Amino acid sequence: MVSALLWGLIIVLVGYIILAYNSLVRIRNRVENAWAQIDVQLKRRYDLIPNLVETVKGYMKHERGTLEDLTRARTSLMNPSLTKKAQASNQISEALKTIFAVAENYPKLQASKNFLQLQEELSGTESKIAYARQFYNDSVLILNQKVQTFPSKVIASMFGFKEKEYFEIEEAAKKPVKVQF
Amino acid sequence: MDIYNEISTNKRNSVLLISSFFVVIILLGYIFGYIFFNPYTGVFFAFLISMIFTLISYYSGDKMILAMTGAKEAKKPEHTFLINTVEGLAIAAGISTPKIYVVNEDSPNAFATGRNEKHASVTVTTGLLRLMNREELEGVLAHELSHIKNYDVRFMLLVATLVGITVLISDMLLRSFFWSSHRNDNKANTFIIVIGLVLAILTPIVVQLIKFAISRKREFLADASGALLTRYPPGLASALRKIKNDKEPSIAGVNRAISHLFIADPMRFAGDKVKHWFSTHPPLDERIRRLEAM
Repeated sequence: MVSALLWGLIIVLVGYIILAYNSLVRIRNRVENAWAQIDVQLKRRYDLIPNLVETVKGYMKHERGTLEDLTRARTSLMNPSLTKKAQASNQISEALKTIFAVAENYPKLQASKNFLQLQEELSGTESKIAYARQFYNDSVLILNQKVQTFPSKVIASMFGFKEKEYFEIEEAAKKPVKVQF
Repeated sequence: MDIYNEISTNKRNSVLLISSFFVVIILLGYIFGYIFFNPYTGVFFAFLISMIFTLISYYSGDKMILAMTGAKEAKKPEHTFLINTVEGLAIAAGISTPKIYVVNEDSPNAFATGRNEKHASVTVTTGLLRLMNREELEGVLAHELSHIKNYDVRFMLLVATLVGITVLISDMLLRSFFWSSHRNDNKANTFIIVIGLVLAILTPIVVQLIKFAISRKREFLADASGALLTRYPPGLASALRKIKNDKEPSIAGVNRAISHLFIADPMRFAGDKVKHWFSTHPPLDERIRRLEAM
């Protein structure tokens, strides 16, 4: 009787470990996939920026500084550190915002089909980066919760699952959160 | 209810729907066979027919629906914003990007269809693209992508095609009963004929009612999960308000069988009295109110 109970307990325990382990693997893969999505979009923007600089530099004589900032931020985007990447990404977003705002004052630029298409592509990429970041941070939140809370915490430390860093945006760049659940 | 719960419910409902489809068609086949030749031949053919129709509707039902509405694939640079937005929302939802189609129609509307997240498509009307600003279009597309992510599309697709075919077969059967009653006066057959008649009349009504009942809850859920994707419920709320105020006639090529796929019921101008009872969509006012309360 006692041994049957013991066996029952062991089976339940092993079953729990397998389930918890699998769910940790699943969420870690999701975080990695989410990170790959951010990377794809950052790369896409990285490739688009030289075209933009090439297109606008003939028109925008007075905004040399902004264009240089943009080029510099673009280079530091290749930094492997997550924090540096996030910073560079924010700088690029800011620079692009300035360029597109200034571009309103150049009717010739506004008439250029090439520029308008680039602008549309770049703002598309901007919003994709935002969405990819949202998906990444949501996934990291779930992973970190599992790694931090009992009992999945035990399984996580047994198999070496670690917390992941969020892809942060600077306080100033944050929009007010409007959704309440 | 959370999304993962909803996904498994949808998958289970799809299996349930296919099973009931088989049962109903085989029963009809039995009765049909009993009256005209022999019940087992009837069952055999009914099984064959259900098999073929289930396979067709599962694997190419979405293509049939797209062909019905005359949708064309969206291309850059004409639809750059539409394509970019769908791609972005797909990233946010963690699914692969669906195919994107545009229907040349003035009435603002949209629908999603497909069998799973890898084989899915989103379709919008040109009227929607013209009428909505960016946040509103984003809200509508997020609603459609939620349908894909939640596996609503699979269930809705099966409902559209299997319900359509059941109604068609019952109708055929009903006609043949009337036709045969002139020459077949055997009293022993009367009982089975009555059952057959009742079944043939009731089946389409019951199936329709089930279809209406389920899709109302689904729309509320897709609104909520869509808002979770964009993190901006006012976008969809204002889009729905614009759709509500729109007075364009309904969309060509859309009938009752597929009207439940759309974000706003394209048949809502049909104007029948039992409209509310038969409505596939919750009232737009109620959906707007819920979105604004988020």
